[in-house]
Amino acid sequence: MAPTKVLDPENINENIKNLVYAVRGELYIRASELQKEGKKIIFTNVGNPHALGQKPLTFPRQVMALCQAPFLIDDPNVDLLFPADAIARAKLYLSYTSGGLGAYSDSRGLPGIRQEVCDFLLQRDGYPSDPDLIFLTDGASKGVMQLLNIIVRDKKDGILCPIPQYPLYSATIELVGGTLVPYYLNEENNWGLDIKDLRQQVAAARNKGINVRALVFINPGNPTGQCLSESNLRDLIEFCHNENILMLADEVYQQNIYQDERPFLSAKKVLMDLGLPYSKEVELVSFHTVSKGYWGECGQRGGYFELTNIHPKAVDELYKVASISLSPNVPGQIFVGLMVNPPKPNDISYPRYLQESKSILESLRRRAHIMTDGFNSCRNITCNFTEGAMYSFPKVKLPPAAVAAAKAAGKAPDVFYCIKLLEATGISTVPGSGFGQKEGTFHLRTTILPSEEDMPEVMQMFKKFNDEFMSAYEGPSEPFSRL
Amino acid sequence: MGANGVQEVNGNSTSNIDNGKSLSSTAPWCPPINIDNINPKVLECQYAVRGEIVAHAERLQQKLLQDPSSLPFDELIYCNIGNPQSLGQQPITFFREVAALCDHPGLLHKKEIQTVFSSDAIKRAESIVSSIPGRATGAYSHSKGVKALRTIIAEGIQNRDGYSADPEDIFLTDGASPGVHMMIRLMLRNKKDGIMCPIPQYPLYSASIALHDGTLVPYYLDESKGWGLEVSELKSRLEAAVADGINVRALVVINPGNPTGQVLSEENQQKIVQFCKDENLVLLADEVYQENVYADNKKFSSFKKIARSMGYTERDFSLVSFHSISKGFYGECGRRGGYMEVTGFDSDVKNQIYKMASVSLCSNLSGQVMMSLVMNPPKDGDESYELYSSERNAILSSLGRRAKMLAEALNKLERVSCNEAEGAMYLFPRIELPEGAMKAAQAAGMVPDTFYCKRLLDATGIVVVPGSGFRQVPGTWHFRITILPPEEKMPTIIAKLTSFHESFMQEFQG
Repeated sequence: MAPTKVLDPENINENIKNLVYAVRGELYIRASELQKEGKKIIFTNVGNPHALGQKPLTFPRQVMALCQAPFLIDDPNVDLLFPADAIARAKLYLSYTSGGLGAYSDSRGLPGIRQEVCDFLLQRDGYPSDPDLIFLTDGASKGVMQLLNIIVRDKKDGILCPIPQYPLYSATIELVGGTLVPYYLNEENNWGLDIKDLRQQVAAARNKGINVRALVFINPGNPTGQCLSESNLRDLIEFCHNENILMLADEVYQQNIYQDERPFLSAKKVLMDLGLPYSKEVELVSFHTVSKGYWGECGQRGGYFELTNIHPKAVDELYKVASISLSPNVPGQIFVGLMVNPPKPNDISYPRYLQESKSILESLRRRAHIMTDGFNSCRNITCNFTEGAMYSFPKVKLPPAAVAAAKAAGKAPDVFYCIKLLEATGISTVPGSGFGQKEGTFHLRTTILPSEEDMPEVMQMFKKFNDEFMSAYEGPSEPFSRL
Repeated sequence: MGANGVQEVNGNSTSNIDNGKSLSSTAPWCPPINIDNINPKVLECQYAVRGEIVAHAERLQQKLLQDPSSLPFDELIYCNIGNPQSLGQQPITFFREVAALCDHPGLLHKKEIQTVFSSDAIKRAESIVSSIPGRATGAYSHSKGVKALRTIIAEGIQNRDGYSADPEDIFLTDGASPGVHMMIRLMLRNKKDGIMCPIPQYPLYSASIALHDGTLVPYYLDESKGWGLEVSELKSRLEAAVADGINVRALVVINPGNPTGQVLSEENQQKIVQFCKDENLVLLADEVYQENVYADNKKFSSFKKIARSMGYTERDFSLVSFHSISKGFYGECGRRGGYMEVTGFDSDVKNQIYKMASVSLCSNLSGQVMMSLVMNPPKDGDESYELYSSERNAILSSLGRRAKMLAEALNKLERVSCNEAEGAMYLFPRIELPEGAMKAAQAAGMVPDTFYCKRLLDATGIVVVPGSGFRQVPGTWHFRITILPPEEKMPTIIAKLTSFHESFMQEFQG
C-alpha cells in the first residue's frame, strides 16, 4: 500500500483549496489542452496585448536593452543602434541604481523612480505626492495582495467588491481568510454605481457580524469597462468617509479610455479637490501598472501603489512585509519610470512614441466598438459599450433547454456555453460566473485585443456558433444573429 | 481611541465601532486601519536583514549626504545583504548581452548588432525569443513560466545531477522567495502545523511561517562541529514538537547554509533524506547558493540527486528544490528570478500550486530568461565561453579569497570565533560579550548583539545583521557579515572592524 503523502489534497491549506481564479481556470486549462492537440486557439481570456500581436513601444525597449547591457553604452557603434535620448535615459536610470539592474533595490523600489512617479502624479492631478508613500511592486497584483493581507485578520473582516469584479480580489480575500461583501453594479444603467445598494450591502454585512474594512472599486472597470464620473467618485468618497472604510482604487486601466464624455479622473484628485475633512481623513490606496494602457508590458511585472492618509505605523508594517521579498524586480521598476515619464515633445524619440501610442489607442477604441456592436447584433445578447479597460462583457440569454443541459453536465450555464464556444471556434473566453453576476444572468468576458484584421472573422465565428447553439437549444426559428 | 478589535455590531448604526471613530467626539481622528487593528500576523513577523540596524544605517546615510564630515566615517559599507552587484561585482557579459537582445527583439533584425554583440549571444537570444509565443517578451507567460525555458532548465538540472527532470515540475518565480512563501502557505492550515527550520536560519522562513500562522519547529546546527547537522538533533526536536501536539509537515534545509555557510557532506544528506522518508516529511531544499562553494574538500550535491541515488523517486519522496539567479557568481538579485522544482506530489496538489501561481499571472520574463541562462551557460567551444569562464572564475576565486581573509581576521579578534565559510556569501562570527556590554545593552533596551552591531555601525559605517535576526543558541551572540565588499576594500574594512572591536572590548571589560 502506498504510504500516505504529507501533502495530499485532503490536508493542504483550506483557503487555497477554496479560492478560484477563473481567468486562468477551467476554460483556460481546457483551451490549453485543445491547443496541445493542434487546435488553433484565440486566447481572449486575459488582458495580454503582446500575446495577440500588439507591438511593444520602441523607446522603452531601447532603454531597457541598454540598461541590461551597460557596456553597450560605451561601445563606439552604439549610435548605429540606439537614439541619443534612449542612451541618455538609460544612463540616468543606471545612475539611480547602486550596481545596475542586478542589485536588489530599496524594498519600496528605487527612490529615483518613485520620484518620477510623484512628478507624474503632480502633473496628472495637481497635487504633490511623497515618494516614501509610493511602493513599486511586481505588477499591481502583488500590491493588492500586500494590502489585503494587512487589512484582513480573520473571517469577520469584510472587503466590499463590485460585482462583477476582477477575480484577483475574490481569490485573494479567500486566500487571506476574509469575507467578500458584494455590491452590485447596475447593468441596465451602463454598469453604474448604485449607492443605495452599497449602503444596503454594508448594513446587511454588519448585521451578520462582519467588520466592513475596505472597499475595492475598479476604474475603468474590469470586466465591465465603465468609467466613473466625478460625481460617482465623490459619492464613493463621502460614503467611505461616513462609514470609515478604506478605499482601494484599482486604476490600472487609466490609459484605456474609449469615449470622451468621461475622461479618467483619479480617486486621489477627486479626494483632494473635496478638501477637508475628506482630504485628510479618507484612507486611500491607488494602484497602477505597466501591463495595460497602450504599453501592455504584462510580462515585465511592473506596478506601484500610492498610500494616502494611511497610519504611519501601518506604512512601516507594509514596508516590513515588502522587505521580506527584498525588492521588486528592477527592470519592471524601470518600465514604471518610463511609463510615467515618456518621451516629451522635443525629444528625438517623441514623434515615434506619439505615433505608436496613438495608433494603439485609436485601434483599441475602434475594436471596442466593433465588438460591442457585434454582440448587440445578436438577438439573445446585450452588451454595454466598453467605455474603458480592455474587455467586453456581454449578457447572453440562454434558453431553458441549454440551462438544463448545463446542469446535466454538472456545469454552470455560462461555463457550458463558453466551453461549447471554445470547442467550436477556438475562442477562449472567461465565463461570467468567474467575475460574479446577478443571480439568473449569464455573461462571458472577452478581451478586445485580437488584432483589427482578425476582429471581423472572430465576430463571424462567434455569431455562427451562437446561432447554432441557440437553434440547438431553442429549436429552429429566425436566425439570432444578423450575419 | 484606537480600539484593538473588540467588536460590537450595532445593526442600526452607520459607523463602524471597531475603529474607534466617534461621531460626536472632538478627540483626534484615528485612521480606521491603524497599528492596533491590522493583521496581527504581519506584526508578528520580522525580517532583520532589512530591519532595525539597516534603518539606522539609512538615517546615517542621509546625515552624511547633508554633512559629509558629521560622522566618524565617510561612507557606509553595506555588509548586511547578499547583494553582490551593489558592491561592485560586475554582471556576466554573455548573460547581459542575451538579456538586452531579448528585451529589444527589434534589434535582432539589424545587421549592425554583429559589430556590438557576440554571435552566440545573438543566436541564443533569437532562440529564446522565437520560443516565446508571438516573440512577445512583454506578454504574460504560462503561470509556471515559458514552457521552452522550463525545458532548458529541466535539461540543466538533468546535466547537473544525472537524473531526469520534468519541465512540468518547474515553477518559475520572481526570485526563490515567492516559491518558498507558496509552499509554506500550502502546508500550514493552522497554528498546529509546524515546519522544522535550522537555527540559525535565513529569516525568510521564520517570517513566512509567522505570516501564514504556523509554528516554527527549530533544530540547532552545531557550531562546534562547523555548523553540522545531526540527525539525532532532528529526531529529538521532532519528537518534542509532536509531544506538544504539533503536526510537523516539512523540514527546511539550506545548503550551502545561510548564514552559516556550511556545505553538507553527501553522507549527511543521505541521513537527512532518510529521516524525511521515515518521518513522512516534505523536504524543502533551499539550494540558492549551490554555485558558491569555496572549501577544497567540499562539493555541492543537490538533494534531488541524493534522493534519486538512494533509489527514491517521485512516487515515494516529496521534495521541493529552490534555486535563484541572485547568488552564485551571477548575482542578479534585482532582476528577481528563480524556480522551484516540485517532485513527489499528487497532481491534485500540483494543480493547487498552479492555481496559486496563476492569481499573480506569471513571474517576470526577464528573470525567467536569466534563469534559463544560468542553467544553460556557454559551453567550451562557444565564442563567449572564454570570457564567460574567466569572469566566472575571477568572481568565484575572489569570493573564496575574501571568505578566507575575513574569517582569518575575525578569528584574530579577542573573544571572537568564526567558522570558515565553506560556501554561500556570509560569515557568522560568535562574540562573547563582556558583562559590562551586556549591562549597557540592557540599559539601552537592546538585545546584546544588536547593541554591538549598532555601536559598530556608529563607529565605522559598517552595516551587519545581529545574530538574533537569524536566531542562535540562547545565550550566544553572533552577527552576520557578507564577504561581498570588493577585495581592495577588505583590508580597510578589516582594519576598521579590528580597531572598533578592540576599543569596544576595552570600554566594557573595565
